[in-house]
Parts: sequence; C-alpha cells; structure tokens
Amino acid sequence: MSARTVLAAMSGGVDSAVAAALLAERGDRVTGVTLKLWCYGQSPLSPRACCTLDAIEDARAVARRMGFPHFVVEAEEIFRARVLQPFLDDYAGGRTPYPCALCNQHLKFGDLVARMELIGAERLATGHYARVGRLADGSVALRRAADPTKDQSYALALVPYAALGRVEFPLGALTKHEVRAHGERLGLTVWDKPESQDLCFVPDRDYAGFMERNLGETRGTGAGDFVDAQGRRLGRHRGIIHYTVGQRRGLGLAAATPLYVLAIDAVANAVVVGPRAALESEALLTAPANWLLPAPPADGARASVRIRYHHAAAPARLALREGGRVEVRFEQPQAAVTPGQLAVFYDGDRVLGGAAIERPLAGTTGAGRTTRAAAVVPASRAAVVAAAS
Amino acid sequence: MIYFDHNASTPVRPEAAAALQAALAGLHANPSSAHREGQRARAAIERAREQVGALVGARPDEVVFTSGGTEGDHVALIGAAWAAEPRGRRIAISALEHHAIHGAAAVLERLGWAVEHLPADADGRIDPAAIESLPTDTTVVAVMLANNETGVIQPLAEIARRATARGLRVVCDAVQAAGKIPVRRETLDADYLVISGHKFGGPKGAGALIVGAAAPLEPLFRGSAQERGRRGGTENLPGIVALGAAAAAAARDLEAEHQRLLELRARLESGVRAALPDAVVHGAAAPRLPNTVNLSIPGARSDHMLMALDARGVAVSAGAACASGAVEPSPVLSAMGVPRELAVCALRLSMGRDTTAAEVDAVVEALTAAATMARAVTAGAR
Repeated sequence: MSARTVLAAMSGGVDSAVAAALLAERGDRVTGVTLKLWCYGQSPLSPRACCTLDAIEDARAVARRMGFPHFVVEAEEIFRARVLQPFLDDYAGGRTPYPCALCNQHLKFGDLVARMELIGAERLATGHYARVGRLADGSVALRRAADPTKDQSYALALVPYAALGRVEFPLGALTKHEVRAHGERLGLTVWDKPESQDLCFVPDRDYAGFMERNLGETRGTGAGDFVDAQGRRLGRHRGIIHYTVGQRRGLGLAAATPLYVLAIDAVANAVVVGPRAALESEALLTAPANWLLPAPPADGARASVRIRYHHAAAPARLALREGGRVEVRFEQPQAAVTPGQLAVFYDGDRVLGGAAIERPLAGTTGAGRTTRAAAVVPASRAAVVAAAS
Repeated sequence: MIYFDHNASTPVRPEAAAALQAALAGLHANPSSAHREGQRARAAIERAREQVGALVGARPDEVVFTSGGTEGDHVALIGAAWAAEPRGRRIAISALEHHAIHGAAAVLERLGWAVEHLPADADGRIDPAAIESLPTDTTVVAVMLANNETGVIQPLAEIARRATARGLRVVCDAVQAAGKIPVRRETLDADYLVISGHKFGGPKGAGALIVGAAAPLEPLFRGSAQERGRRGGTENLPGIVALGAAAAAAARDLEAEHQRLLELRARLESGVRAALPDAVVHGAAAPRLPNTVNLSIPGARSDHMLMALDARGVAVSAGAACASGAVEPSPVLSAMGVPRELAVCALRLSMGRDTTAAEVDAVVEALTAAATMARAVTAGAR
C-alpha cells in the first residue's frame, strides 16, 4: 500500500500508541492527536488516569520517538455536553450508562472525523481492538477483533456508519501480548504501562462520589426505599445512583434467599429487589438504533445480541419499532437487562448496529425457568459502567 | 516551513552563533580565575556586558547576566520586594504580565505578600492612573514594556513617572521589546529591566537583568560573588558572549528592521482584512511591536487553525497554551475584555529577520484556506 495521510487518536495508553506507531513505521504520514477531555491541571485524580497531563506527555513522547507531529485538541466542551451530561442524566434517571460508547460516537469518531479535513487526512486510526472490512458489495463492515478477550466492538456500536469507511484499527488482528511486544520493539516508553480498567474520568471507580464531589450532582443521591415486586418496603437504600440492575452485593438486606436489584424507579426513588429468577427477561426495547449497515435490516432479522460488555451474545430476533427503536426478543431469557447499557446486534463477527437499552419488556419468566451461572450478573454498578472502551 | 512564531523564539543570528562557537573553542577558563586565561574569559564577558548595555541604554555595570526572562523576572520582582520589605509587603502587577511575573508574584504571595492587579483596557493597555489608586503600603509595581501575545506597547514612561513619584520601584519585563523597538532604561525610568537573548537572535538560556544604579537588589542565587555578588554561579560564558554579539547586531539593525517589519505587518493585516473581513486584530488601536499581529477569525478555533496551518507548512502560536498544550482562552485577551468565543480563536503571528513579503502573502493564503476548514469543523460540532 502507498503512504497515506492518517490522523491517529492517541489516549496516552499503549494500544493507541502502538496503533499510531505501526502506521508511522509502515510509512504513513501520521499526525497524532490527543483529545483534552477533562480535569487537566487541577486533577485530584490518580496520575495513571487517561485524562491527565501525564497521558498527554506519554502520547507526545511516542510521537517524538516515531518522528511524527502531535497536537492536543480541546474537546472539553463537547465531552461535557455529549458524554458527561448524558452520563449524569442516565444515573439520575435510574439507568446505568455506558459512556465509552458515547465518547466513541461523538468524540473519537465524530469530532475527530471532522478534524481530518484540517490536515487532509484520508484515514482516522485508533487503538481499538476491532476490525473494519469492505464487503463485495462495497459496503463497510465492523467486525470483532481477532483476539476475543480484547474485542472492543461492543464499545463501537454507536459509531456513525459514514465514519466507518474512513477508519483504521491497526490492532484488530493482534493480541494484547503482540501489541506490547511491538511497543517494546519500537522503543515506546508506554509499552508496559498498566492497563486502565476504569472510566478515564473516574479512575477510582467511585462514580457516586465523583458525581457528588466533582460535579455537585444531587439527583439520585437521596436515601429511599427498597421494595419488592409487590411494592412492599424491605429497607432503606443510600440513593439510586449506588445501584444497578442485577446487583446483589452491598444491598444490606437480610432475606432467606439472596435478593437482586430488579429495577430502579427514579420517579419513586425506589430500588426494586427480588429473587434471582425474577431478573430474567425474554425481550427488551431499545432507544433509536445506530446501524452499521447501508440500511436497517429486515424486520424480524436474526441476530446475536450482547446486552453488556461482558456478555456472551445471545440469539434473538430484531423487530423494528417506531422511531428507529428495536424490540429484541431472545430465544432464551436473559438475566439483568439493564437500562442505559447497549444492546449490540451481531451477525457472527459482524456488528450490525446497536442502541441503548430503554427497558426490559414484560414477559419476564418469574418462575426461574432458566438458571444461568451467577457470574453473568454484574456484582456491582462499577463493574458494568467501567467495562473498558 | 514558514516560521511566524518569532515571539516564541527567533533564529540565532550568525554573529551570535560565531561568537558562541569561538567561545566554546577558545575560552575554556573560569572567568573568576586570576590567571591570564581567566582574565581573557572575563574580558569576553565584560565586552558582552557593554554590548547588552548599549542595546537598552544602560551602563555596563547595571547589567546582570541571567539565564533568561523567567530568572530576570523572579530576581527583579522578588529581590525588589525583599529590599523594600520594611515599607510594606504588597506589590502590584499588571493584568497583562507574562507567566514568569505571575510566578514570581506567587512566590511572594506564599511568603505573605499581597498582590494587586492593574487592569487593562480594551486596547490592551494599562492605564497609568491606576498607579494612583494602589494601597499606600505597595512597594513594587511590575508592568511589561510590550505584550508577548498582542505586541501592544505599554505607556511605561508615564507609569514609571507616577510610580516613582509615589516611591514605588518599577520592574519592567522588556523581553519582547528588546531588539524590536528602541529601549532606553533611563528614559523609561524603570528600576529593573528584564531581557532574554533568544528573543532577538541570541541563544536560549542567556539573558540579562538591568538594575538601575539607584535600585537595590537582593540576589536569589548566593554563595559566590559572580556578577558583583548579584548572581552567584559560574557564568554561562558562551551564552553570554553570544548574547552580547546578538545585542550588538540587533542594535545595529534595529532602525532598518523596525521599518521593514512595520511594512510587512501592514501588508499582513491588509491581506487578512481583504480575505477575511470579519477577522479581528487585537490591540489594533494601540501602538504595537512591528512584528506582531494577534488576530481572531470568528468561528475558526485556534486549535483547529494550528493543525490546519501546520499541515500547510505555516508555524504560528495560539492565544496561549496551557500546561497540556491544549488551547485555552488567553488571560491577556480576557483581561482586555475579548469575549470567550473570540478569544478561543486567537492566533499570534510574529515575524522576524528572515520574513519576506512573499511569505506574508503565503500566510494570508494559508490562513484563508485553514479558516474555511476550521469553520467547517466548528459548524459540524453544533
């Protein structure tokens, strides 16, 4: 291939560093950019967070080493408007958000795509573990990464289809081990940098504390009632932002059988709890979907659907509803359908599209027809929100 | 690459490079040594002292060599405040000062001093009358001669006249002015004048603090007696010698360069106005350095412009870079009352000795093309 002009998004971590470096090594004209998102300079947060000055310095060092230019671009405003505010609103509404998907949609594959024109870039490269391919009919397909343990296709489901054709994922065929080996071979100081499992703007995973302390958020922080499915009061909760659907630990409720969070009712400030079996749903309804296809699929199409980052895709049928919504009907009931998380639709390796989950649909089995391993259910809210981007 | 960032640093003059190399090759002795080799080294430094003094209208013995602007600002402001401590623990700095003065003021604040701020007007000038309203225990006032971002030249002589009448010591950061406009310490009546070599063709890491004969100085670096006890530490001899050579060359070229750059500035501004009629030149109504144009193209954010211009081979500065390297609204423009949406579009174009009219025309063209793209990004984000 001939040399191309590439804009490379660099977070300061090893993945995006190696992605950019590999392109530079093969002769592409790379310009590195780091988005300045949040909290620089006054950060009370850990220095290993990907939003600190250190991260920018790390990205810059990689660019210096590889001999390509690097710029920091101001994206704080758009980050607040498109990622942080929806994150807060989701929590206040009793949902469990997945901000990495919004960051990919609006910043990396939104704002940065727009900036490609500035330097005349033909391609945008990131360090995501996913693959992009062109099909025989000329359409573009987003696919899972070759390494299933690192696959980040779930986090990319909201990327605009129009952007996909201009995107490059140099790490899509590599394992993490190979990526680090490339980093070491190329002399990048970040090659052995620890991996962040956290949201870049809340490195200590204390989302509730972050929202209250840093953002002065008061919604969803007031104590309220735990209730059962019949509305009976079982105890007091610490504020709905501390809970997620499927959560068992940390409820502080004594019961003969373990209790799980079934739903969060923000209007009533109530957390609904019940037995494990009551967590299961046969169907869900999404917000308007993003399709990574030239046109939405046929009504009733089959797909495998992941309902959170660490969820093995489950077979389902997709029914198209008004306003671009999708009704997902599973072949087997799924545990802990969580409003705010993404439902991502796959055809084998290919991502067809995705959408935020609005709510599980009635038809919960209730009777415990299927019992899955408890491990599929998230232990805490943090584990769900932070699933790496 | 067309380099329009001379206020950040300008190429080393050939005379300075030659002096630097000669010093590295032939002047190895410690200038404090008593032997003849030491005396040769000392002589080279003293010659540089005369050259630097001549550039800014100061006597050689008023020149203290430093590592540059930041050190000079610290020694002048902190040293003057310490010397005047019996009369009060309050200083004043203008709202337009360089980070280095803000940093020195922060040191004093930490030691218990109070810091007043002199406001700027919409043209980027400090009103001399503001001196009169300073509290009576104020001892030192710092006002720069020419602003690094806008190039606006301050009414320093008038400020210093009023300050001196009130018994205040005057610290003047002349880093951007020296070598670009005539600077006479005595006419300005500043007690302390700070200059930096790499802004007028000397090497980085060499500068000078000019201390008026009547002004006291408390050294920051102590322990040995270099610079007549005013700045301890073995002298940066190659840097100092090159600084002297650059000062001599700058003084020689000053008048002709001043005129040439004024014409280029006019060409640049009229070119921009013709191509981008809504562009705003900050400080346009005030007297300014001949080489500096600070402008905002509405809707074309600085960080976008920087990338687009860089890709087109044009190097400029944004309003002000924060620690991360991202662009934030410049405190200087904020102090002038420039609205945020305009301040985030500020670009500083600063020309130098090698700038040509053809480059000016190419920059106008690049600005126009880059602005179209930068505006498209902004529009797309809405």
